[in-house]
Amino acid sequence: MSTPLPGKPESLAALQRTLRGSAGRHSSERLIGWILAGCAILSVFTTIGIIAILLEQAIEFFLEVSIWDFLTGTQWTPLFKNDQRFGVLPLVAGTAMIGVLSMVVAIPLGLMAAIYLSEYASSRVRSVLKPFIGLLAGIPTIVYGYFALTFITPRLLKPVISDIQVYNVLSAAIAVGIMVLPMVASLSEDSLRAVPRTLREGAYGLGATKLEVSTQVVVPAALSGIVAAVILAISRAIGETMIVSLASGSRAQLTADPRESMQAMTGFIVQVVSGDVSRGSLIYKSLFAVGLLLFVITLVMNIISQWFVSRFREVYT
Amino acid sequence: MSSIAASPGEVSTQVRRRKQRASIARIGLLSATTFSIFALGVLLWTIGSRGWDWLSWDLLRNAASRRPLDAGLNTALLGTVWVISLTAVIAFPIGVGAAIFLEEYASQNRLSKIIQVNIANLAGVPSVVYGLLGLGIFVELLDLGRVILAGALTMALLSLPVIIIASQEALRSVPLSLRQAAYGVGATRWQVVRHHVLPAAFPGILTGTILSISRAIGETAPLLVVGAAGLITTNPEGFLSRYTVLPVQIYRWTGLAQGEFKNGLAPAGIIVLLVVLLGMNSFAIVLRQRFTTRND
Repeated sequence: MSTPLPGKPESLAALQRTLRGSAGRHSSERLIGWILAGCAILSVFTTIGIIAILLEQAIEFFLEVSIWDFLTGTQWTPLFKNDQRFGVLPLVAGTAMIGVLSMVVAIPLGLMAAIYLSEYASSRVRSVLKPFIGLLAGIPTIVYGYFALTFITPRLLKPVISDIQVYNVLSAAIAVGIMVLPMVASLSEDSLRAVPRTLREGAYGLGATKLEVSTQVVVPAALSGIVAAVILAISRAIGETMIVSLASGSRAQLTADPRESMQAMTGFIVQVVSGDVSRGSLIYKSLFAVGLLLFVITLVMNIISQWFVSRFREVYT
Repeated sequence: MSSIAASPGEVSTQVRRRKQRASIARIGLLSATTFSIFALGVLLWTIGSRGWDWLSWDLLRNAASRRPLDAGLNTALLGTVWVISLTAVIAFPIGVGAAIFLEEYASQNRLSKIIQVNIANLAGVPSVVYGLLGLGIFVELLDLGRVILAGALTMALLSLPVIIIASQEALRSVPLSLRQAAYGVGATRWQVVRHHVLPAAFPGILTGTILSISRAIGETAPLLVVGAAGLITTNPEGFLSRYTVLPVQIYRWTGLAQGEFKNGLAPAGIIVLLVVLLGMNSFAIVLRQRFTTRND
């Protein structure tokens, strides 16, 4: 505080001096307010920037390849010199396979872990188990990718499925599933714990066992939170990049066979930027068209997830 | 539970069966929970057993090379230090500033609500899309090229939502009475924030920032897109140098045909990366405990 506070102004002039001082204080206050607002508004500009950059290049791309052919084409061969085709469905199929198969791993295991941690575990057991799950969430995705390529495929899958390819969707999906498992577990656990105690006690009072209370009372009551967690996890799995580019390979093909290599949308982006690509080429522009599609899909899923939380939340008071 | 008219014998077998089911379920649930720990163990063991023999001081001192025995992480380590420090310097003040605005300044009007929803959505944008943003704006439009500054700006945008959200939570946990007391003695809004709210919220803000920066250290995709991809053998000298970072180096080694790179150097690089991350996270935990005990 730079200006001295007079207990009682001796003269009018002294009072005016004090007020002038605080007027200076007010204008610098105003300036600080504007700077802080600028920091916050930067985030809006980030979003506008993302959309503008993706749209600008994508529109240039769609001037050369029709948007219909892009969205419905089943051939994705951008690297072929003579027969360049840009039908995005094989990439979408790859991404969808990874999304669905990873959830086969993450949903049951994550939900079971959440039920155990919220309903069964004593606080001591919880305090031991939870940090480990947190550790799993902190591992960089490149490490999971390496793990999928050099352990899950050759050591885990090869002995069981002998004709599995070196690069395959299944190993990538398992690794992505393990990666998003902590997220499903901790978000679901949060919503299970938010269910009020009285609901459980009512069920116990009717003679229900712990399993019955958990699966027939607590899980249904927390369902909106669980669904939101799962949708967020799918969105994360779809945007996951390093695991799929290391483990799932770079063959863009439309197949339902998880033993084969399938390129995902994110995998294509990494494949192209890892090579030499010049600005202005059709492949360069296709990066942004695929990026735009990825952005839209994940944005829609995130919005659905938020909507689920706000729309179906049981309000306990 | 349906058979009200059942005989006592039937009821007791039913109860026994239900209890049995419950105790089987407990074992099933526990094993699902411990699966995470099991997976973590297998992962660390796989990487540790392969990479251990390749760990040496030379690995940290040598530059990248095409010969496996000469190859090292020096260039990548320095690149990571440069990019991440610059990211922190850019993202920390902006992130904290935005959080202060949203928590302490903005009235609950439309604008602040839009900003809030926007930040939540930005946090869910895949990191590779941030890479495309960086490629479009910093590398091409501003014509910075594939240099450290472009990478750091991209990573700063990527880290911002997480820093803002964590800082907001920390600010929110500061009791209202503290603010009211400061306002009561005639402090201005900024004085309240600067001298009272920020110091009280600082441990939380710092922890959140360190955790988000340590996540940035492990990020590979956005930096691959903005051009950390090539084989770089010279150490970075400034913000406008070409560079590579740890996870990108690991990615390149994993993709090389020679077995030594994929089965030796890559896991050794992963060990170095995990040690760096573990160090950052422990630092955050120590920092938080230090500050909280002092505040009490």
